[in-house]
Amino acid sequence: MSSINNTIESYQQKLAISRLGLWLFFASDAFMFGGLLVTRFYLLGNKNLNLDQTLGLLVTSILLISSFFMNRAEVMVSEGNHKGFITSLVITILLGISFLVGVVGLEWGSAHFGPGDGAEGAVFYMMTGMHAFHVLTGIIFLSLVLRNGLNKKYTPEKHYAVEASANYWHFVDVVWIIYYPVLYLMGTI
Amino acid sequence: MKNFMSTGIVKGILYQIVGSFIGAGLLGGIRALMGLSWKTEPAIVLGGLVGAIAFMVGVGAFKDWWKMAVGDDVTEASEVAGEQGFRRYFGFSLDHKVIGIQYGILSMVLLVLGGSLALIFRVELAQSGLQLLNFVQFNTLVGLHGMVLIASILMGIAAMSNYVVPLLIGAEDMAFPRLNAFSFWIAVPASIILMSSLFFGGFETGWTAYPPLSVRGPMGIQMFFLGVFFVGWSSILGALNLIVTILTMRTKGMGLFKMPIFAWSVLATSIISLTATQLIGLSFQLVMFERLLEMSFFTPSGGGNPILFQHLFWFYSHPAVYIFVLPGLGIISELLPVFVRKPLFGYKWVAMSSMGIALTGFLVWGHHMFTAGIEEYLRVPFMYSTLLVAVPTGVKFFSWVATIWQGKARFPVPMLFVLGGIIVFLLGGLTGPPGGTVSTDLHLHDTYYIVGHFHNTMFGGFIFPIFAAIYYWYPKITGRRMSETLGKVHFYLMTPSFFLMTFGQMRIGLLGMRRRIADYDPAMGFDFTQLLITIGGYLIAISILVFFYNLIVSAKKGEPATGNVWNSRSPEWDILPSPAPAHNYAGIHFNVVGEPYDYGLKGSKYVELAQNVGQRKENDE
Repeated sequence: MSSINNTIESYQQKLAISRLGLWLFFASDAFMFGGLLVTRFYLLGNKNLNLDQTLGLLVTSILLISSFFMNRAEVMVSEGNHKGFITSLVITILLGISFLVGVVGLEWGSAHFGPGDGAEGAVFYMMTGMHAFHVLTGIIFLSLVLRNGLNKKYTPEKHYAVEASANYWHFVDVVWIIYYPVLYLMGTI
Repeated sequence: MKNFMSTGIVKGILYQIVGSFIGAGLLGGIRALMGLSWKTEPAIVLGGLVGAIAFMVGVGAFKDWWKMAVGDDVTEASEVAGEQGFRRYFGFSLDHKVIGIQYGILSMVLLVLGGSLALIFRVELAQSGLQLLNFVQFNTLVGLHGMVLIASILMGIAAMSNYVVPLLIGAEDMAFPRLNAFSFWIAVPASIILMSSLFFGGFETGWTAYPPLSVRGPMGIQMFFLGVFFVGWSSILGALNLIVTILTMRTKGMGLFKMPIFAWSVLATSIISLTATQLIGLSFQLVMFERLLEMSFFTPSGGGNPILFQHLFWFYSHPAVYIFVLPGLGIISELLPVFVRKPLFGYKWVAMSSMGIALTGFLVWGHHMFTAGIEEYLRVPFMYSTLLVAVPTGVKFFSWVATIWQGKARFPVPMLFVLGGIIVFLLGGLTGPPGGTVSTDLHLHDTYYIVGHFHNTMFGGFIFPIFAAIYYWYPKITGRRMSETLGKVHFYLMTPSFFLMTFGQMRIGLLGMRRRIADYDPAMGFDFTQLLITIGGYLIAISILVFFYNLIVSAKKGEPATGNVWNSRSPEWDILPSPAPAHNYAGIHFNVVGEPYDYGLKGSKYVELAQNVGQRKENDE
């Protein structure tokens, strides 16, 4: 009996350690995103980048909705709802891919400047590119989670990988919530 | 031979070489397919990147993570049977003590490399006129001397924290052993890439890599950026690991204010490296992208601003100085009570002063830019915040003085280096405020005075303490003591030579010698002092050779020391034998029963072996 208790206890302790590590990683990464934010304000001040508003709103909604489904997936795996977990996860991944297509495929293609066209281009491509890189890694993590989920590797008690990639996904989402107004909405043309 | 080839580091380097060529070839191939001509610069950048990742694959850093990613079970880190003997230091190991030594070896290798670079350009400076080097070579050597030694210092503090912190807080290992190994091994390809900048044309900017010069100069700067970038990974991930370890893995009963003081300074340091390091990575990455993709972040003609780089860069690079010195100051606070047999004066204040230095450190970066053309209203606030750092640092000095006061001091080699560290760092601290005050800085900026001041802080805050730490914990690592006689030769040769060097630097700096220039006017009359500085530098090098001789020979022939050689109260000496056993305290239960530094108080104890542990367990069941 005591050995089972010990295992649960040591798993709980490991979980606490892993969670702290993950949050420290977010804190660290936030400084990098913050540095880019500083770069944007330092170079462009109150200038509006004059980007495609419809597309911006669209990709932002896609990412926000994907975070909703990510949360559903995490809740469902902890409730033992395997089918719901897989469905929500697949929707999250598809929405994530659409976000990437929207930003990297459409927005980068249609923007009225390239990366070499002055500070505006530099800032815009660097910020969206760095964020897209994080979305891409998030999609890779989620795909691995999906693969393991299909192989039934997660139980309602033990699914830290799902929790960690969900937190990562939300973190990247929060970054975009700050980047979106800063890149698309604020300032005067 | 087969054995040799399967050693982690050899395999890693082979993979790195192959990976670099593949990366460079890949880019060349893609460009060729797109009908573009060969371009060396993007090719070497991609080559360096792929090479570093290939190194990590070769050394085996991704093996377990890959298994985890595809959902397979991996062996518990504590149950992985690592290699034995000397070989384990050259392969992928999860044991924090092995990793600590590995960091130490890398740090010493980089110390020798970085120091030798200085010895070369010091010959050039010993006399006015150009004798040995051309301008680009000189600039490359100066810049690499800076950055290689910064890497050496980062590895050195990682060595001390990795080896000592889990032992001090009674943990079996670090919180994330695999991440720990990754953090160390990524620094090896990073160092190789950093040094390779010598072979890609060097760079002209010094270690600060300011644009616009770094945007235009030779492409060695790209290898410099890439190397620093990976060292940054090492630093960030190592810091993350240390914070989690200190916060969650302390033995039962050891509250935050009962841990040995070194753990506090490592915690403070790690907070800075975890967060601020991102900004130097970002600033270098932006320059890298500006060079590769013509994104004009820092070129005014394209709407960029070079001052932005300085803000981003110094936001890390000033706190970085506190990253370098805080662990060293922690070592001083840790060892001083042991050798004067008195409680550390004001433990809580010392612990909080480390945090204070770390947090104030985030607010002072602007003092590097007083002459750079920043907004004038920023100057005075940055001056005040800079001078504010002197307050928590002063707390440490008062604590040391009060600890020494009326103590029963012994003077073995580690204590000599502790005292040397205090004195040299005091000099560094006193020469700092003139640089942080706007009016005087306008005169002192970019002179050899700053060079002298900086070397004071680095020697006092890192070099002296790390030597103290090595002499002090060497028996814990090998079970043998280092020779006291050779240690004293090392100390009494290095200290006066260092003063010769640093006072020389500050003197000519005050008289107007500019830093980072290969030549100076003989009419300035600096020749003799410059010669003395060079001689000082070479004498330091000789003393360090004595140290290395001692380090290597003592491992086999030193006087055996298995017990509590220094009569210390901390658990690694009080409870564990030397050399420290594989899983530290596995199977040993000890309780924290008192304050860590109550030396000289009759009957007081810090830690005590738990006698009734076995009994209590039976009762539980």
